[in-house]
Amino acid sequence: MAQYENLFTVVQATGPLHHGVPLGQGNSPRTGEKPGLSYLLGKLGNAQIGPIYLGGLGLASLIFGTLAFNIIGMNMLASVNYDPIQFIRQLFWLALEPPAPSNGLALSPLNQGGWWQIAGLFLTISVLLWWARTYRRARELGLGTHVAWAFAAAIWLFLVLGLFRPVLMGSWGEAVPFGIFPHLDWTAAFSLRYGNLFYNPFHALSIAFLYGATLLFAMHGATILAVSQYGGEREIEQIVDRGTASERAALFWRWTMGFNATMESIHRWAWWFAVLCPLTGGIGILLTGTVVDNWFLWAVKHGVAPAYPDVFPAVIDPALSLGVK
Amino acid sequence: MNQLSNWIARGLKLTGLAGLVLLAACERPPIDSVQHGFRGTGMAQVYNPRLLAEKTALNQPPAVQPAASSEGPKAGQVYQNVKVLGDLSVGEFNRLMVAMTNWIAPEQGCAYCHNAANFADDSKYTKVVARRMTEMTQHINSDWKSHVADTGVTCYTCHRGQPVPQAVWFKSAEQPYGSNFMGDKAGQNDPSPVVNLSSLPNDPFTPFLLEAKNIRVNGPTALPSGNRQSTKQAEWTYGLMTHMSQSLGVSCTYCHNSRSFATWEGGPPQRVTAWHGIRMARELNLEYLEPLTPVFPAQRKGELGDVAKLNCATCHQGAYKPLNGAAMLKDHPELGRKSADPKAALTDTDVAKVAAALPAVVK
Repeated sequence: MAQYENLFTVVQATGPLHHGVPLGQGNSPRTGEKPGLSYLLGKLGNAQIGPIYLGGLGLASLIFGTLAFNIIGMNMLASVNYDPIQFIRQLFWLALEPPAPSNGLALSPLNQGGWWQIAGLFLTISVLLWWARTYRRARELGLGTHVAWAFAAAIWLFLVLGLFRPVLMGSWGEAVPFGIFPHLDWTAAFSLRYGNLFYNPFHALSIAFLYGATLLFAMHGATILAVSQYGGEREIEQIVDRGTASERAALFWRWTMGFNATMESIHRWAWWFAVLCPLTGGIGILLTGTVVDNWFLWAVKHGVAPAYPDVFPAVIDPALSLGVK
Repeated sequence: MNQLSNWIARGLKLTGLAGLVLLAACERPPIDSVQHGFRGTGMAQVYNPRLLAEKTALNQPPAVQPAASSEGPKAGQVYQNVKVLGDLSVGEFNRLMVAMTNWIAPEQGCAYCHNAANFADDSKYTKVVARRMTEMTQHINSDWKSHVADTGVTCYTCHRGQPVPQAVWFKSAEQPYGSNFMGDKAGQNDPSPVVNLSSLPNDPFTPFLLEAKNIRVNGPTALPSGNRQSTKQAEWTYGLMTHMSQSLGVSCTYCHNSRSFATWEGGPPQRVTAWHGIRMARELNLEYLEPLTPVFPAQRKGELGDVAKLNCATCHQGAYKPLNGAAMLKDHPELGRKSADPKAALTDTDVAKVAAALPAVVK
């Protein structure tokens, strides 16, 4: 009978617990001096839990994040008259809405978007602090800051939607509500208002990178799993000293598509595809309403949207006819 | 090994259960897709034959009474207090009265509107409303052909055998919960059937079918040229459009060009009909229903004391054309034209003479 053999599912490494590198000046002590081991979590990832580094940035980020989360949650709860059952039943519909467009960029009364402004401010502070934390922790470990910059790409899109674009449009009302279905309905309404976002080339790029990133992730994950029985998951070693796993993986892709990424470059491919998804998406959102008002008409103007044969009798906007009610 | 298969079996059961829970809100197949536009442009209507059959059964026109002779004395001469249909012959008039009873109050009968002791009496509010609604029907059929064409409408189009049509709307009350401090829903974020359980603004009727707020949100130029409609306003328009889609049992592309919802050129002509329909609903609400507010008793009114008003669903009731396009008006031509003013045709002395000659039971 066929057996599935590879190192990381069969063997759960439980060596001496690792406490990490010595920390320099200005670092707070780690939380969790005695890291624990979890067999079940070891099935999914590393069995060692902790130590966690919280530090000043992490603590401040959590405080602001919790404040924002509670402001949003309490507004949702108040909107169902503090009924916990309705809060759960309607949770996906509930939201904290930004101020009305007529309020412009002014500070709004609390229940007319003011809470949204406060929650947005706190959430932005929280996210930026958490970014600084990922940057600082990477540096303290002597790592590159790739994770921080990838996170920054996501923050860029978040800030375009909730800060940069509303400011350029002159109204907080252009921002996204905090809520599950409400933000999805907002997205559809946004596309309807600005003449179909599918004709926004940066939206198209963003989708290409989104699907591209998932495709690359699947291809890479599949390749490494497929060669794990030859030690292929030890990717760093394979980068330095290509073994049979790396050679076989590379040959597979040359056989099937004539070209292969290297053990090292596949990670650059994946990183850039993932990062370019929110980066290009954010550009597309930022241009919407500020530079381009109607993406369909823009696409027609620049020969992007093709003309199709008429299949219906000619239709004229009735509002243009005289004498119509 | 046994333990492992037990675990797998349990896992499968759990997955199956989770799948059922997730799919519980979904519509059971089959789904038919019908092309409605040029190929490859996403212009398609989606139907579930099972649900369509149910809807078709609900949208059948009632049996037609045999036509009455137009000969003989006019209703306005024979009966008292006939203000709208006085130019019909007595036979035609009574045929319509019987039809109206079947359409609107089949269980309650004539006495739903009439004082049984004196049919000419206007003391029941229902009679006053019915008279005004007859005028409204005549107005729709003669002045709103841009929406109802020659198919027309009758009382049954909305009433379907019920004194109050199934789909009417009232102004929504102020959010009855929370406080001034927090929790404002801004007229949305409620699983309301009006907007097909989305979180869109759930009273799109007050701004668009009563007031004439701007429905169009798209700008006419590629680059900004002064169009200040906001995304939030687009949500209100989206709410109204969701109501229309639900009321007619069609998707957006029944009326709209899939590539640009704002563009008229190359789009389906149904959108022109719908455009007139919005204006028709607005006018009828303003000219016919709201003015009846003092006539209706409190229990027929909404929580804000407003009268029941109409929207697309009032007539359409899930069908792209009410009653799937069955033309009832051809059997009731008297509802297709405005009645001549009976007072113009008859002098007061005539009325008095006719009234004196009437048998007591008719009075």
